[in-house]
Amino acid sequence: MSKVSTQSWAQEKLFLGMPFGSYFRSLLIPFNIFAFLILCVGIPITWIRFSQGLGAVTNLSDNNPWGLWIGFDVLCGVALAAGGFIIAAVVHIFKLKDYYPIVRPAILTGFLGYFFVVVGLLFDLGHPLRLPFPVFVTYGVTSVMFLVAWHVFLYLTIQFIEFSPVIFEWLGWNKARRLALKLTIGATVLGVILSTLHQSALGALFLLAPGKLHPLWYSTYIPVFFFISAIAAGISMVIFESTFSHRIFHSQIDEKDQKGFNKLILGLGKAGAIVMFTYFCLKLLGIAHSNNWYLLGTSYGQWFLLEVLGFVLGPCLLYVYGVRNLNPTAVKIAAVWSILGIILNRVNVSMVAFNWKMAERYFPSWMELVVTITIITLGLLTFRWVVNRMPVLYVHPDYPRED
Amino acid sequence: MGFDRRDFLKLSVATASTCLTGKQANAASGKQVQTDIGDTFAMLNDSTKCIGCRGCQVACKQRKGLEPAGSNHLYDMPTELNSKNLTLIKLYKGADEHSFVKRQCMHCYEPACVSACLVSALEKDINGIVKYDSDKCIGCRYCMVACPFSVPAYEYESPDPYVVKCDFCEDIITTGGQPRCASVCPSGAIKFGKRADLLKEARERINEAPDRYIDHIYGEKEAGGTSVLYLSGVDFDKLGMDTNLGDKSYPDMTKGFLSSVPLVLTIWPMLLMGAWAFSTKEEETAGNQISEEEVQS
Repeated sequence: MSKVSTQSWAQEKLFLGMPFGSYFRSLLIPFNIFAFLILCVGIPITWIRFSQGLGAVTNLSDNNPWGLWIGFDVLCGVALAAGGFIIAAVVHIFKLKDYYPIVRPAILTGFLGYFFVVVGLLFDLGHPLRLPFPVFVTYGVTSVMFLVAWHVFLYLTIQFIEFSPVIFEWLGWNKARRLALKLTIGATVLGVILSTLHQSALGALFLLAPGKLHPLWYSTYIPVFFFISAIAAGISMVIFESTFSHRIFHSQIDEKDQKGFNKLILGLGKAGAIVMFTYFCLKLLGIAHSNNWYLLGTSYGQWFLLEVLGFVLGPCLLYVYGVRNLNPTAVKIAAVWSILGIILNRVNVSMVAFNWKMAERYFPSWMELVVTITIITLGLLTFRWVVNRMPVLYVHPDYPRED
Repeated sequence: MGFDRRDFLKLSVATASTCLTGKQANAASGKQVQTDIGDTFAMLNDSTKCIGCRGCQVACKQRKGLEPAGSNHLYDMPTELNSKNLTLIKLYKGADEHSFVKRQCMHCYEPACVSACLVSALEKDINGIVKYDSDKCIGCRYCMVACPFSVPAYEYESPDPYVVKCDFCEDIITTGGQPRCASVCPSGAIKFGKRADLLKEARERINEAPDRYIDHIYGEKEAGGTSVLYLSGVDFDKLGMDTNLGDKSYPDMTKGFLSSVPLVLTIWPMLLMGAWAFSTKEEETAGNQISEEEVQS
C-alpha cells in the first residue's frame, strides 16, 4: 500500500484515491444520471408503500396475494443468484482452479442477489419489521416457507463469510483475512447444501396450490425443476455477469485472466448446455408423470410449449452450438436467452399459470414495476461500488492468488 | 492422504450444523392434530333452507365491529369475501333452479393455511377452530396462496395489515354459545354442533328427502375434511364450490418434500467433503500430515 502516506483513509478507500470534488465529478456519467432518475421515482413510491400500505401501490388482491415482488424479485432473484454457490463449489470443492478468476465476482453477485431479494421481500411483507420472527421469535416448522426463511438467513451469512476475505484485503486486515480463508471449505459445503434445499423449497411452496396452479406447471417434481433450473440460471448469470464485467471494468482485469476468459466462457457454456438439457428432460418427465400431454393443445399448452421449446430447448441448443464451434459469442447469447427462460418460468408459475381458472387476473401496477427496477438499480450500483474498491476482479498486489 | 485434526474438526462442524438444522426439518413432517375429528365444533349449512336474508352477514359484522361497505352513509352488500366481510351469502340462479350459499372459513381438519404458516400465526386448536394470532403474523400471505377455498383476506389498504378470516366466534362457542351467524339464522339453514352429530344429521336429511338434496355432503371429505359442512339442492360447482379438490389432506402435499430435507442435510456433506478430499492433491495436504509426536502423545 504505497499511496497511503499522502491520502486520507476515506480518500483512498472510498473516493478511489481522488479528492472529493473530482470524485464527485467522475460520477456524472449517463448510467448514474439514469440511476438517479429511477431513484427519484422509486423513493417516493417506497414512502407511499410503507406509509399507506400495499394497496396504495400494488395490484395485489385477496385472490392474487403474490405479485411481481414475489414472482420476480424473490423467485427470479434467488435463482439468478445461484452462481455463487456453483462457482464456489467448482473452485473450492472440485478444485477446478481455471475458474478462480470468476469465483469472487460470482460470490459477490450471489451475495448481493440474496441481499436485494431480502430488500424486495421487505417491500412485500405486510409487517417487514417482523422479518426475523421465523428465525428468532416464533416457529412454524410445518411450513416450506419456514425452511426458506432459515436457509436464506443462513446462506446470506455464509455468503458474507465467503466474500469477507475480499473485504479484509481491501481494509488490510491480515488476521481476519486468514481466519476467513480457513472457513472457506466449510462455508462452501454449507452453501451448496443450503442452496440445494432452499432453491428447491421455492418450488415446493407451490405444492400447496394444486387447484390454483395450471397442471402443466404444477408437478410433484416442481422442487427438482426449481433446483435444476436455478443451476442453469446461476451458470448463465455467471457468463452474463463476467462478460459484462469484462466490458465495463476492463482496466481492472490482468492480462493473464483476459486471455483465458473465452476458454472459461466455453467451459461454462458446456456446463450450461448439460444443465439446460437435463432441465428440458425433467420438464418432459413432468408432463409424462402427470400424463398431461392432452393439455398441450390448449392455449395454456401452447404457452407452455413456448417456454419449454423456445426458452429451454432453444438456448440449450445454442449453448451446444457455441461450445462445439468454439464460439464464445453464441455461448453469451445462449446465457442471456437461458436467463430469460428461467425468468419466464418463474413468472409463469407465480403469475401467468397461477389462478388460471379465475376471471380476475393479476398484472403488476407501474409502481410495483418501478420498485423492482429501483431494487435492481441499487443492486447494480452496489456491485459497481464494491468492484471499484475491493479486489474482486483484480488480484490485490499484497495478496497473490494461491494457485 | 492426510486427514488431520483440522479436517476432522471441519467435518464435525459440518455434521453438527447438519444435525441442528436437520432437527427442525424432522419436526416439520410430524405435526398432528390431536383430537378426534368428530368431536370438534362444526357447522352445517343447508343451502336448501337458506332464504337469503343475510342476517348472518349483518350479525357477523356487528360482532366484529367491521365497517359496512359504501360511502356517505349509503351502504351496499359486498360481493366477495374480503377483509371486512368474513361471511357472505351468494345466490346461484340457473334456468329453472336457484340456491343461496353461505361462504366463510371452512375450518379444515388439516388446514393448508396452518401448514403454510412459517410463524405459527395460524393454528388448529383442539375445538376444531383455525385460529389466527395477529401478533405473530409477518404478512407473507402464503396462507392465502395455500388455502384451497381462497378464504383468507388481507388488509391491503392498511399500513398495519393483517390476515382476516372467520374465527368461528371462538369466544362465544368455547363458553357454550353458538356462532353469531348460526344464532341469528331464522330459517334453520345454519346449524352449529359437533361434527359427528352434524354429519349424521346431514345424512339423515338426504335420506329423508332424496329429491330435495344432491347426494353429497360437501366438506365431509374435501381437502381432508372440513368443520363447515354443506348440503345443497343444486350441484356444488354451480354454487362456486370447487368439486375437484379431492380427499387428500393439503399438509400431506409438502410432507414428501420436507422429509427429504434431512436426507439432503445428511448425505450432501458426505458427497461434497468426499469430492473435496479426492480433488485435493497430495502435495497440498502434505504440510498437514500428522507428525510422529502427535501420534504418540
